[in-house]
Amino acid sequence: MSERILLSIVEAASQFTIPVMLMVILLYAHARGVKVYEVFVAGAARGIQTTLHILPYLIAMWVALGLLRASGVLDLAFALCEPVLRLLGVPVQIHPLMIIRPLSGSGALGLTSELVHTYGPDSDVGYLACLIQGSTETTFYVITVYLGAVGVKKPRHGLAAALVGDLTGFIAAVIAWRILYRT
Amino acid sequence: MMNHIWFVMIAVGVIAIVSHQGGETGDVTSVIVASSGDAVQFAISLASILAFWSGIMQLAQEAGLTQRLARLLAPVSHRLFPDIPKNHPAMGAMLMSFAANILGLGNAATPLGIQAMQQLQSLNTTPERASDAMCTYIAVCASGLTLIPTTVIALRGVTGSKSPTAIVAGTAFATGWATIGALVADRFLRRPPRCVDRMGKRRV
Repeated sequence: MSERILLSIVEAASQFTIPVMLMVILLYAHARGVKVYEVFVAGAARGIQTTLHILPYLIAMWVALGLLRASGVLDLAFALCEPVLRLLGVPVQIHPLMIIRPLSGSGALGLTSELVHTYGPDSDVGYLACLIQGSTETTFYVITVYLGAVGVKKPRHGLAAALVGDLTGFIAAVIAWRILYRT
Repeated sequence: MMNHIWFVMIAVGVIAIVSHQGGETGDVTSVIVASSGDAVQFAISLASILAFWSGIMQLAQEAGLTQRLARLLAPVSHRLFPDIPKNHPAMGAMLMSFAANILGLGNAATPLGIQAMQQLQSLNTTPERASDAMCTYIAVCASGLTLIPTTVIALRGVTGSKSPTAIVAGTAFATGWATIGALVADRFLRRPPRCVDRMGKRRV
């Protein structure tokens, strides 16, 4: 019962937030006498310029990651991390996901879908895959796109702090899984 | 730093592929073509939503809505971003993007985040290097900050889970710790912690 209520709240939140946010901004701006159409178009034009700004950074990162994946170097990274993950009791099937998650959003989502499909969403592997997928963002994507959009070339300690966040998130995900979900 | 990371990624990738194939280079070119094609395709799909949300955010800004939001949450956000003036639109833009992340609105989160970065850049005194506020902001964004993982819930629903939302509690726990970890790391990496500073001064 409580599960059903939670589900409907979550569904409502994800369904209505965008339209409500949109209407609030539009109404507020219109009431304030902002020339909504002209201002929107000017803003949208800036958005397209921003995309062009990001594109070179995206190509640089996508190609580098593509080469690394094709070269089998990532497999080497799996092998290096395996003893530690085994010690934590993380199922072998999850190991590649933990490496891919900070690097590639689409890659991680593909891997998670595959795991959930093969082992079932309510299995041990399925739960942990979902937790890992949902608990952190794709760090390299955030760094590339956000910094690329404003032409910043040196991320300074932002990159290291973000990676520490990923690591903390993974450990917390495993702890949550062991306490709440593992059968 | 990015120069070294990118150099290592490309060099290691190319050398490993070529040595794997006994001197053949066919895979290198095909991977380059495929990956850069993916990047362009992604940018095109990003352009549509980015243009739309940039337009909407421009409205919010000209109407003074982002500034109002910034003022409302100033007590908390000022502690996170001490360098940003309390009523600056950058603060409002960052809070909007956090809200989108928390609600799991993936499509809206990126455009809003980029808006926030552009506002932060207007305050950045070193345009090629990320400012302290940018580092904090990026670290928090990369840590996920998701209360409702919409994609994962949808995935669980599609694959026949008995309770697709059962994952919400665990995700909130994990992402909360990720954010805390990122913030603590950011504080320590920014400059030596204040207590160390003071101790150093006292000794002198």
